[in-house]
Amino acid sequence: MSLPVVEYLKLPEGGEPYLEGHKCSECGSIFLGERNVCSNCFARDSMQSIKLNNTGKLYSYSIVFRSFPGIEVPYISAIVDLDGGGTVKGNLIDCEPDPDKINFDMPVEVIFDDALGRKDKDGNSYISYFFKQIT
Amino acid sequence: MSDVYVLGVDMIKFGRFPDRTVPDLGAEAALLALDDAGLNIGNMEAFYCGNLGQANAMVGQRILQEIGQTGIPVVNCSNACATGATAFREAWTSIKAGLYDVVLAVGVEQMGTGLLGGSGSGSGIPKEGLLGSGTMPAVFAEAGMEHARQYGTTFEQFAKISVKNHHHSTMNPKARYQIETPLDEVMNAEMISYPNTKLMCSVNVDGAAAAVLVSEKKAKELGMQRAVRIKASVMTSDPYQERDLVMPDVNSCTRKAASEAYEMAGLDSSDVDLVELHDCFATAEMLHYENLGLCDDGEAGRLIDEGEVELGGRIPVNVSGGLLSKGHPLGATGIANIYEVCTHLRGEAGERQVENAKIGMTHVIGLGSACGIHILEKV
Ligand SMILES: [Zn+2]
Repeated sequence: MSLPVVEYLKLPEGGEPYLEGHKCSECGSIFLGERNVCSNCFARDSMQSIKLNNTGKLYSYSIVFRSFPGIEVPYISAIVDLDGGGTVKGNLIDCEPDPDKINFDMPVEVIFDDALGRKDKDGNSYISYFFKQIT
Repeated sequence: MSDVYVLGVDMIKFGRFPDRTVPDLGAEAALLALDDAGLNIGNMEAFYCGNLGQANAMVGQRILQEIGQTGIPVVNCSNACATGATAFREAWTSIKAGLYDVVLAVGVEQMGTGLLGGSGSGSGIPKEGLLGSGTMPAVFAEAGMEHARQYGTTFEQFAKISVKNHHHSTMNPKARYQIETPLDEVMNAEMISYPNTKLMCSVNVDGAAAAVLVSEKKAKELGMQRAVRIKASVMTSDPYQERDLVMPDVNSCTRKAASEAYEMAGLDSSDVDLVELHDCFATAEMLHYENLGLCDDGEAGRLIDEGEVELGGRIPVNVSGGLLSKGHPLGATGIANIYEVCTHLRGEAGERQVENAKIGMTHVIGLGSACGIHILEKV
């Protein structure tokens, strides 16, 4: 069985994976990860967990050619504004690492797959999320 | 409240000193600043020390063990790349508060090699290259590409910033490098994180800088000839922004700090004769032209295209060579840029002197985030 790569990736039993946000019922700000107090409006106990959408638009990116030893390059580090709110960062895959091929605001979908074969020290495998252009 | 003055300030030439220690580098800068002020450690009433790499290792006290243990209060500060500016500002605050008349501030750093940043593995598996990149070149590339999406800023425009700062550093003997880097060389250098090539990333170096700050009373007593007045000292943290959790924001904390600094100084950006700003990456410098009000939003690309930010231009930026070529020893940077501005206000900057400089601004950003801005005035 695979584990989620981050706490905000949910793998419900018998259901589809999704990304979870925490939305402030007072001001509408959406956060990744649980919290008690809203850092925008300071409301307490106003957080509600929500299911984030699996589609969004590319907000910004960088094409990474040098990373730490053992990390395969190049890859596209992408910041995506999800439809309906929430911003997440991840790899944009199946896209040429060429700025001429990457357009701001291009529609992308969130897909869930094995975490590039990476395993932890106990040999567990992980499920991660990726972005893929919707053509 | 008394105005506060910089009476002595200096930095060591930035470089690589693997055989020396952090306190040793800090001590050298402290002695240079004390000599510049015509004072000695026995005259200091308090000492604020900035260092990041050994933040838990009492660097300030170890500096005093090398230059004189007088029993004064020592505060060790760590605030990412705003560490030096934080130490300087704490010294300023203590004089403003009327606690002391003569205070020492030192920023010092010994750097490792290679990339900074990276999304730490935490529990589970490493996230770098899986959930995008947390390396500093990538994070600041993404911040630059946000500008590109808004205003169409080009790779070439970002690269020109590096050409400019490397050119400036050829006139600064204390910079790490004194080497011209033509545009094609910058653009064809190894791509680290598009659009930042290797020559568009700040240089990892060791370094130290120090300043002696005094009250107005003390400045008058010791002589005002080379004193520099601190017109504004401001720090901010990052106000809430909706993309904070995935995109560290260096813009809103800088804008907030700049507007507070101009207000404190009773000045606006048109009064400023030179700026030393936080060019940790070429993409970052572009953002700060607008954040500091050196031009209107969307005009930053034009500013670099038309040479307004070069030595001799309307508002020279990073005539020291900046972090891109002078080097970026994290904890020292915030005092080294104060040294640069003071040197111009004193008319002692030699070949790179900004003519008739009366007002200068320094700016640093520590990601996470902390922004420090100082406005300095020729007396
Ligand atoms: Zn709220």
